[in-house]
Amino acid sequence: MAHRVEVGPKPHLFDARGERIKRQIRHAFPKIDLDGICCLDIYTIDSPDINPQWCAEAFCDPVIQDIAIDRPLKSDYDWYIEVGYKPGVTDNVGHSAQYALGLISARYLPVYSARAYLIKADIHRKTAEAIARECLANTLIQNCRVFDPAEAAVMAPYVPKVVDLTPPSYEEMDLNCSDDELISLSQTRTLALNLTELKAVQAYMNDPGVQSRRAQMGLSGMITDVELEALAQTWSEHCKHKIFNADITYTEGSHTEQIRSLFKTYIQGSTQEIRKSKGGRDICVSIFTDNAGVIRFNKDYNLVFKVETHNSPSALDPYGGALTGIVGVNRDPFGTGMGAKLIFNTDVFCFASPFFDRELPPKILHPRRIFEGVREGVEHGGNKSGIPTVNGCLVFDERYLGKPLVYCGTAGIMPVSVGDKPSHVKQIKPGDLIVMAGGRIGKDGIHGATFSSEELHEASPTSAVQIGDPITQKKLTDFLLRARDLGLYRAITDNGAGGLSSSIGEMATLSGGCRIDLDKPPLKYQGLSPWEILLSEAQERMSLAVPPEQVEAFMELSERMGVESSVIGVFTETGMFHCTYAGKTVAYLDMHFLHDGLPRLDLKAIWIDADLLDGPIPDPPDQGAKLKQMLGRLNICSKEYIVRQYDHEVQGGSVVKPLVGVACDGPSDAGVVRPLLDSMEGVVVSNGIAPRYSDIDTFHMAANALDEAIRNYICVGGNPDHWACLDNFCWCDPVLSRRNPDGQYKLAQLVRANKAMAEYTKAYACPMISGKDSMKNDYIIGETKISIPPTLLVSVIGKINDVRTAVTMDVKSPGDLIYILGRTARELGGSEYLASCALPGGSVPKVDAGTALARYRRLHMAITMGYIASAHDISDGGLGICLAEKAFAGGLGLSIDLGQVPTTGSLSDTEVLYSESASRIVISVAPEHVDEIEALFGTDARCIGKTTTTARLTITGRNKEVIIDQDIVSLKTAWKATLDF
Amino acid sequence: MAHPVKALVITGYGTNCETEMAYACTHAGAQATIAHLSDILNGQIRIGNYHFLNLPGGFLDGDDLGSAQVESVRLKHATIQGGTRTLYDEILSFFERGGLILGVCNGFQALVKTGLLPGNPFGARRATLTFNDSARFEDRWVALKVNPHSPCVFTKGLDRISLPVRHGEGKFITDSEDTLKDIMGNHLSALFYADADGHPTQTYPDNPNGSAFAIAGICDATGRVFGLMPHPEAYTHATNHPLWTRRKDLPERGDGMAIFDNAVSYLKGV
Repeated sequence: MAHRVEVGPKPHLFDARGERIKRQIRHAFPKIDLDGICCLDIYTIDSPDINPQWCAEAFCDPVIQDIAIDRPLKSDYDWYIEVGYKPGVTDNVGHSAQYALGLISARYLPVYSARAYLIKADIHRKTAEAIARECLANTLIQNCRVFDPAEAAVMAPYVPKVVDLTPPSYEEMDLNCSDDELISLSQTRTLALNLTELKAVQAYMNDPGVQSRRAQMGLSGMITDVELEALAQTWSEHCKHKIFNADITYTEGSHTEQIRSLFKTYIQGSTQEIRKSKGGRDICVSIFTDNAGVIRFNKDYNLVFKVETHNSPSALDPYGGALTGIVGVNRDPFGTGMGAKLIFNTDVFCFASPFFDRELPPKILHPRRIFEGVREGVEHGGNKSGIPTVNGCLVFDERYLGKPLVYCGTAGIMPVSVGDKPSHVKQIKPGDLIVMAGGRIGKDGIHGATFSSEELHEASPTSAVQIGDPITQKKLTDFLLRARDLGLYRAITDNGAGGLSSSIGEMATLSGGCRIDLDKPPLKYQGLSPWEILLSEAQERMSLAVPPEQVEAFMELSERMGVESSVIGVFTETGMFHCTYAGKTVAYLDMHFLHDGLPRLDLKAIWIDADLLDGPIPDPPDQGAKLKQMLGRLNICSKEYIVRQYDHEVQGGSVVKPLVGVACDGPSDAGVVRPLLDSMEGVVVSNGIAPRYSDIDTFHMAANALDEAIRNYICVGGNPDHWACLDNFCWCDPVLSRRNPDGQYKLAQLVRANKAMAEYTKAYACPMISGKDSMKNDYIIGETKISIPPTLLVSVIGKINDVRTAVTMDVKSPGDLIYILGRTARELGGSEYLASCALPGGSVPKVDAGTALARYRRLHMAITMGYIASAHDISDGGLGICLAEKAFAGGLGLSIDLGQVPTTGSLSDTEVLYSESASRIVISVAPEHVDEIEALFGTDARCIGKTTTTARLTITGRNKEVIIDQDIVSLKTAWKATLDF
Repeated sequence: MAHPVKALVITGYGTNCETEMAYACTHAGAQATIAHLSDILNGQIRIGNYHFLNLPGGFLDGDDLGSAQVESVRLKHATIQGGTRTLYDEILSFFERGGLILGVCNGFQALVKTGLLPGNPFGARRATLTFNDSARFEDRWVALKVNPHSPCVFTKGLDRISLPVRHGEGKFITDSEDTLKDIMGNHLSALFYADADGHPTQTYPDNPNGSAFAIAGICDATGRVFGLMPHPEAYTHATNHPLWTRRKDLPERGDGMAIFDNAVSYLKGV
């Protein structure tokens, strides 16, 4: 019999959690009159006899809480809503509760956690259930029960124990069947393989050599589910980037060209050229080969950086999806080379408006809920891991309703050598043992790799969702960094998409084969089939190659530091990917077929110029009121609500924070940290993203994203000779099909974005060192199809030689001169201004990299010399927004003359204020450095005004009349009001 | 030459500020060792061999049952290998031999929940740190006022300092009015959240969590055990300060160093 423990706040104390939930419910159900809500923690102990003393000591803080065992704690409520996890879903609180009880009782007592919300409100059961569904529980992963007080008094405990699993076994399937049957097999098993690929597998299975080798292992001519699943995972879009590696026929007007692999041509190809041209000044160390890119930091340390996306899971379970996103990307730098210490996170989220007020399509969560869930998931993942979140941004567009984008990035630092070996090189010898360390395997995340390679549809598997556990992972990283320095392993990689199948499959290429014993990995619960053990994406696991002579020391340290590790096989040189289960061979695939047998896609891309004409740009009746309205727009407004909830200074090396200025609330351009506390060398990280321009031309979208990331980097003082970037493409399905009639255009959009990345990274000599693509960001259910705008995130990482030269965006002193760097053209296509007027526009900002790079180099020199008081880039919303932000962040007024702004062609005041021309920066300079600035920049810098003590932003138009005269406090208020949740 | 001050910084199970804490100890002139809790539990490292015990911030066991709740159970029940002594016994002996104990954020929560603060008697939980009134984790810098009458060894000679807070559960509450009187009356309240004029405040966000009497940190009656929610180890250098690009007058050594400098000076008998 199970016991149910309720813990809740003492009646006279303020219930902060209850109040917060009350606010959330009020927002979703403004018409409901809530008298009160009380939040209880529930612990269900699946054991007949328990000791109340143990429970009280483990679960209850007697200063502020009361506890009740097998009886209701409270009586004064109308509805009792209990939310617990479904069987098999990761329950971190339950695990900690079990551990605490175990410390006290020295006994193993299974504990499951839940929350109860006691609502006081005169509402019907149906309303209570709606509140539960829409505010409190995600029924995909959680079980939710609603009781009235009489029912609650007699409720039975809810014990989400995993039971009734089919006994584990493996199946064989005959692939010698019709094409339709092959396709149906792929669909029913979420394999995401197309007919050509299935046929390649069929041909492999029918090869007489293959058949005879299989026969020796006791396998029939049929393929096992273990093999088929391993192939589908390895060949998934998620893992193999089939579209980026496809042969593409690209047509643009009368011009047609053949592209053999976008990745090799534009990404890898351009980076190779940059490295060659840089010669001895090349900073790349290991690129495109490992889990993350590696560049030099100084003579003793290298930097490691990776950005991932976790879009599909975040659509279904925003909290778990985002949490797994961040702790998942943590394992990429951690699993690069010999393993890096993690030094910061950066996050970029793309959502639909949280104020969306129309009817939601089926299976879609409200964007506000996605926003809050993702925010909290990344908060828990980042903060609890002790990694500062130093940079990021939020982008809003209605088309992220179907799939939100959740970009999570992590950088690490590692010594150039570990022992006497270079740390960025992985090495595995035949005979090295395969060790899995960290969490246990469950059914969580099965088919994540293949699921995320499809659009979100009616039958999307819910098992693909998983919940991360940052503390298990922290224990794991604490242990493995020590094991690394003791030389206890030879190679390490993470278990992410595809689980062991992917991690061991890839590591095995270094030795030439592997044999995995699928009985060996520890399981969360019994009943997993061997293919599930191989494919599970259960979190917090690393795979390692441990030399036999070190395995004893490795296992001893692991046990001592509270980490579970298991030897699950051996690396071989047989050329085979070999799995056994219960003494029998269940998979026996040629490594070469597994990794290189995938047929290349052959695709067509046809570019059609959007051909949007510039309409007249309307002038607002009141420029001041318009500026305030612009400041409040979702893509411009303050993101302090989120930023404050992320720890951005743990590890002690914070230099430029995400919030800067006199009141610590101005929007920083980029992050700067000192990873080595006894050194003044710093790491700079920035990002750029411009999906609004994709509707016009993805070529310029990509150029602007890169330029934005670079100018943000430059604005804080980053060194232009020591930088690199990451590309993260999130696209809507670019493959033509019946359901996707404009696939060829979307592929052309992808080609053009790649062409721009190649051209502009070369122009800036900023190599791409790693990246990722996510290609099926569509939602198709019933008649509704929602595709995201093609979105490219560019993240720049690099170095500032001495952090004491870093600059922030806020103006500093009255009397400083304001300069604009760069020219303003009539480029409002895709701008925030035209979006605010609901108008299309044609002229998208174009980047002139040659001029821009010269400007950035001069600015870097001026920053290094200490001439620059502040620097802020002009991006979303243009010059008007930039000036307002600089003013209120610095707490000073500005007096600006728009007539002085250098333009290309004749522009109206409105156009000058809101054009989004690229590569422009506004700086402020103390009067004593004006001569140096003017000598250095020449005509590229133009003084447009000065800072004042009036605390007003005063802008004079081109006809010498004051067009804006606003109190900076009111501007800041407008900027902060939108997301003041 | 004075004997070296040996500082022990405990980590493991979710602690995450150990590196900067050890750096601050070293920067203050101590010899710092970072030990995983498992190193202490298996007897490899003895707390008794050190002078200055540091419990850094983090999320021990994910704060899953409330901040540092599981840690308080671990300290009281986990025994050192080969004996029956608990971590708590070791820490108490360490204190009785004259050692200094500093708990920051999650470390402060652990000291309070284990009954090492405010003490009198040690081992009884007389106070706690719970959810901020905002019910949010927040990272923000706060102004702090030092209680000049406090016996606290760590805040000696200080008046007003700036440090960041980074917590979701920092609201200080006592079990009774008597405990609060004991803390306030005996000046165990060493550190207060202050407004711009340096006065203790209940106003958000100067007081970021709603702590009673604006309490940001407390000590025991000897002043040798000190816990605080703000992070002194996060302000070791001028460039940590959020306004450093605006205020060129900031000393290179951050305010947080004074806490560690005081500890080391005390142990050196200076």
